[in-house]
Amino acid sequence: MYNVKAILTGLLVFMAIFTSPFWLNQLGVDYKRPALAMPVGEKECLAPTDYMRGEHMRLLNEWRDLALRQGERLYTDARGRTWEINLQNTCQGCHNDRAAFCDACHVSNSVSPYCWNCHLEAKGKS
Amino acid sequence: MVRRDFLRKTSLSGLGIAGLGSIGGFAGLGGLIARTASTETPTAGSTRWGLAILTTDFSRNPEIIKACHQAHNVPDIPDKKQKIKWIWEDNAQAAFSEGLPSRLAGELETRSFLLLCNHCANPACVRVCPTRATFKRSDGIVAMDYHRCIGCRFCMAACPYGARSFNFHNPAPYLPASHPAFPARMRGVVEKCAFCSERLPLGLAPYCVEAAKDAMIFGNLNDPDSEISHALHGRLSLTRRPELGTGPSVYYIL
Repeated sequence: MYNVKAILTGLLVFMAIFTSPFWLNQLGVDYKRPALAMPVGEKECLAPTDYMRGEHMRLLNEWRDLALRQGERLYTDARGRTWEINLQNTCQGCHNDRAAFCDACHVSNSVSPYCWNCHLEAKGKS
Repeated sequence: MVRRDFLRKTSLSGLGIAGLGSIGGFAGLGGLIARTASTETPTAGSTRWGLAILTTDFSRNPEIIKACHQAHNVPDIPDKKQKIKWIWEDNAQAAFSEGLPSRLAGELETRSFLLLCNHCANPACVRVCPTRATFKRSDGIVAMDYHRCIGCRFCMAACPYGARSFNFHNPAPYLPASHPAFPARMRGVVEKCAFCSERLPLGLAPYCVEAAKDAMIFGNLNDPDSEISHALHGRLSLTRRPELGTGPSVYYIL
């Protein structure tokens, strides 16, 4: 085998660079779930918190199609409570602090939803 | 059969089949047009929201336009070419481009007419929309899903009433005193009147009708006992550009 030294050092350097994200990640800090400002006075959303955390975007899409396409503006949740299908008024009625609730999580997860391109922010605290 | 005859005969019969096919195609298209036009005639039991405007009672009332535009966050853009309007006023010539029926004119020519989306029975804008952002609901309202609009403006070219406006710029700086109940729109989206479809399930009449008091009547055109059907019955009313076969749901009672 020719040039063993050069090949082996080259391979080592390559492996070090190739696996660097893995090693560097061991040094870095763990991802911490951001602390969200929960609505005051309200204890439960229209679905359990875990579901809302993971699937709220899907629910919002369903709501959009129900309200706009089917003209259905009322939603009954699993516990039998009725809500008006309305992001701007129903959702933001409780979650009225966009920066401390919506954005806190969206920013730390590098997602930028386009909701607020049109929907106006709640006029709660800001 | 010689080769030349064979070719001649096969090509001729091929042409014949193609011809028959195209005739069949046209017949099919004719059927389609007849079918869509027939939706104009009222069918009992189903809803078709409509609006009747009493043009005699209607005096220039800026409150009507203001009520709609404020509630729906319609931006007030000073540039005339980029203006955004859901409901607006114009004279008879602009409203009925074919002109008024002869000898009807006179005082009518000076009247001002409220113009808005006609929520056609056979809407051209819905036909051309490539993303189905604009669509016809079962209650007759031609609605828009602004989430889907890509701003191609085909609907604006198709609409014969100029009822659609395009957001050339970010409308945010031009919004009226912000109304938090209704969303705004963004740059690159077409917008128009939706007959206050967000208010109807709550049992409320459109904002314009509310502001116009008795000069506008909103109701179900398919219900022979509705207020609008009674108002239209036996009275002379016009729709805009009936010759196009779009079947407007907005009537102007003379």
